[in-house]
Amino acid sequence: MSILEYNGGACLAMVGKGCVAVASDLRFGAQATTIATNMPKVHRINDKCFVGLAGLTSDNQTILNKILFRTKLYSLREEREIKPSVLSNLISTMLYEKRFGPYYVEPLVCGLEGPEDKPFISAMDLIGAPLLAEDFVLIGSTVTEALFGICESLYRPNLEPEELFEIISQCLLAGVDRDALSGWGAVVHIITKDKVVSRTLRGRQD
Amino acid sequence: MGESDYSFSLTTFSPSGKLIQIEYALSRVGKGDTSLAVKAKNGVVLATEKKVHSLVDETSVQKISYITNNIAVTYSGMAPDSRVLIRKGRKKAQKYFRTYHDPIPVAQLVKELAGVMQEFTQSGGVRPFGVSLLIAGYDDQGPQLYQVDPSGSYWAWKASAIGKNTVNAKTFLEKRYKEDMELEDAIHNAILTLKEGFEGEMNENNIEIGIIGEDRKFRTLTPSQVKDYLGELE
Repeated sequence: MSILEYNGGACLAMVGKGCVAVASDLRFGAQATTIATNMPKVHRINDKCFVGLAGLTSDNQTILNKILFRTKLYSLREEREIKPSVLSNLISTMLYEKRFGPYYVEPLVCGLEGPEDKPFISAMDLIGAPLLAEDFVLIGSTVTEALFGICESLYRPNLEPEELFEIISQCLLAGVDRDALSGWGAVVHIITKDKVVSRTLRGRQD
Repeated sequence: MGESDYSFSLTTFSPSGKLIQIEYALSRVGKGDTSLAVKAKNGVVLATEKKVHSLVDETSVQKISYITNNIAVTYSGMAPDSRVLIRKGRKKAQKYFRTYHDPIPVAQLVKELAGVMQEFTQSGGVRPFGVSLLIAGYDDQGPQLYQVDPSGSYWAWKASAIGKNTVNAKTFLEKRYKEDMELEDAIHNAILTLKEGFEGEMNENNIEIGIIGEDRKFRTLTPSQVKDYLGELE
């Protein structure tokens, strides 16, 4: 088993009309054992920028702390909040610095940026190769096939925030149901220019 | 103990609280050719004297240098010292871009360069830089102009002058500055101010003008463009 599959976990982001949605499952486990069922994988950097981390939990925590360190210093020095696209490049650089001894994380960045609050999503592999998509991105090496399938089928562009919430919830819950190492509920954040709405979903508790 | 007894050491304060070496560095700046800059509401202009010996090929001398596409710098004082700072500034700007894939904000670049200049006032075996810099740029915060001194202090200015003619030039600029000045007016005022303190005849070969507008691309005017502006003065 690959080290990236040890803890399981899944995270998904989708672009809607003037909004982005990001969701993750809540399971934290060590191979077959489930240790906790209240561990979300999505973290807020600022009101318009969220980071999702899948992969080895230990490295997720380390990299999250490093990201928070860098973004807080950025806000202090530059007197402005970091944009999602800039954060994506920052994380990419941070990961590539460890090219020959990498962090076993798969990050996902999403948010709104610019004066028009344009949606931005991106995902990376463990050494920082970025993937910029217009529709959706997903991370979590144990669920990729399942999630890709259902997202391709259910996703359509220009969904309003409420519709996007329905679509992303259905996709994530159905996808993690196919994976033994992810699930136990989900948390979904819908990010619009005025607010972030967060909801916790109860899925199959297995 | 007089002040001069402390002037040998950069890293020792004098009794009155000064670092005399920095004062001396400022004197060196005060002997340099005048440079000035004016910030307009839609851009910034840098203007500088370019006095060289008649046998020097003046097209090879560049007093206004680019740090990035949208940030440029001019100096008064020792040219070799300015080159070191420009080189460091360029590297820092690229390093920033390498990490963030976002162009460095003017204020950040200024802080970095000022930090470098400050390091050379608190280390052993070095001397302060013998230049003051005028840094002009246009980023998301709009047009900006900064001055950095050998001590590492920096200020944001609406218009400033450094070098030989700093006092008179600043007085002149103060009278003519308006908050909502357009870039063309700023260029006009910059050239007039430069002419005020110019010893000898000013022409398109012994001054250098650089401008940045809303397109955020810095460009140095060619001698023929400078000549056109000079013609408008008459």
